[in-house]
Amino acid sequence: MYRNRLIKILVLLLFVITNTVSAQEFTEENNSDEKDIKVEIKEYINHHLLDSYDFGLFSWTTDEGEHKHFGFPLPVILIDGGLKVFSSSKFHHGETVAEVDGNYYKVFHNKIYKTDAAGTITLDDHQHPTNTKPLDFSITKNVTVIFLVGLFMFFMFSRMAKSYQKNNLMPTGFGRMLEPIIMYIRDDIAIPNIGKKHYKKYMSYLLTVFFFVWIINLLGLTPLGVNVTNNIAVTFALALITYLLTTFTANKNYWKHIFWMPGVPGPMKIILAPIELLGTIIKPFSLMIRLYANITAGHIVLMSIIGLMFIFKSWIGSPLSFGLAFALALLELLVAALQAYIFTMLSALYFGSAVEEHDDH
Amino acid sequence: MDKLIEQFSLGLFFWQLILFVGLVLLLKKFAWGPILKSVGEREEGIKDALDEAENARKEMQNLNADNARILKEARIERDTLLKEAREMKEGIIAEAKEEAQVQANKVVEQAQATIQSEKQAAIADLKNQVAELSIGIAEKVVRGELADKSKQEKLVEDMLKEVTIS
Repeated sequence: MYRNRLIKILVLLLFVITNTVSAQEFTEENNSDEKDIKVEIKEYINHHLLDSYDFGLFSWTTDEGEHKHFGFPLPVILIDGGLKVFSSSKFHHGETVAEVDGNYYKVFHNKIYKTDAAGTITLDDHQHPTNTKPLDFSITKNVTVIFLVGLFMFFMFSRMAKSYQKNNLMPTGFGRMLEPIIMYIRDDIAIPNIGKKHYKKYMSYLLTVFFFVWIINLLGLTPLGVNVTNNIAVTFALALITYLLTTFTANKNYWKHIFWMPGVPGPMKIILAPIELLGTIIKPFSLMIRLYANITAGHIVLMSIIGLMFIFKSWIGSPLSFGLAFALALLELLVAALQAYIFTMLSALYFGSAVEEHDDH
Repeated sequence: MDKLIEQFSLGLFFWQLILFVGLVLLLKKFAWGPILKSVGEREEGIKDALDEAENARKEMQNLNADNARILKEARIERDTLLKEAREMKEGIIAEAKEEAQVQANKVVEQAQATIQSEKQAAIADLKNQVAELSIGIAEKVVRGELADKSKQEKLVEDMLKEVTIS
């Protein structure tokens, strides 16, 4: 609710500013030029929100209209009548058709499609390509970032664990800052929600998911242009693990409360059962959507405001949108931690309901 | 929703699942397990130390109470000892006094007896000496008296008179 209202207010603000400022400044300018920039920014944002097959750090356009990219290619792994592994540099940033073992592939809207040698993509009425899509297990930019973050976390926390042994059960250095966070997750998230008896088996997951989401979200705010948590696939995977953990560690009580709710009359039990059953799926589903939507919305708004600077090109608009972008970036820093906290907190809550023992009714 | 499903990438999902589960397992073994264990041990240690301090404090209190009790007992014993000693002293003194009195009385009595006997002896002696002296004087007188005959007779006569009177 809060976020929605915030976004509405921001959009309204932008609307007012764009109208007044552009009315003053751009009346005599060429209208089509302005349109071009807007379209380009919109495309850039859409592109940014999607995964990509190479690790582009930044790109620019030369005066001759040629696109230059700075980054490195990543391996593409396709299952299409056998395993096909090749470098993404073959696509030339989606501009050319890649030829592997006599098959031709082309990137269209950040997805790989099988095409003919000329790279024709046929679209249906809804602008969806009709070309076949090979099974795609490529090491994309997001996969690389996930891997690097995992590596980073592993080194950071295993070093921290070792420092305990060396320093008489006290962490050293940065670990001193991390320990209160770990303690917070244990004492204020896991124990109150799951209970002292069962919380231990969930601790590894809760800690990992919190730090993973937090670090990934923070990375999304850096100018590196990585944005992992606004991929529905990533949040789906996380929510799925929460769902599976809840389902497979649940005790008899949990299932009893779903299929045969105690304390309500017979016919109600029959009505409640499918609702409760659906509820078990909706809970992790909301986790998935919440994280995805928050981070995506943050990125879109932030990038739109940054994009406004290029549209305004004025002495009033640009500093204004810079200020807005700065304030929003600070807010996003908070959101990055908040979303990690909420994900962990709600996961703990669901685990708690799965192992809850109530003999009192 | 349509766009979401279209955007869903199976490859990314697959890698995220594999990498994340791997990360959870790795961190569990090499990081969270040891960290939580160390923290648990540390908390346990702190709790034990606090308990120990509390026990020590209680023991100290007990010791103090014991000390006070022992001190009190010692004082009472000292008092009784002093009292006994005083009583004994007084007893001894009284006894000694009594004995001394008795002894003194005895000595005085003996002295008196001695004095008495000495006195008797002295008196007897004196009597004897007086008698001897009287006899001597009498002899001399007699000798002088008896020098002439008349005097002898007079003397006999006087003496006879005297004897009859006394």
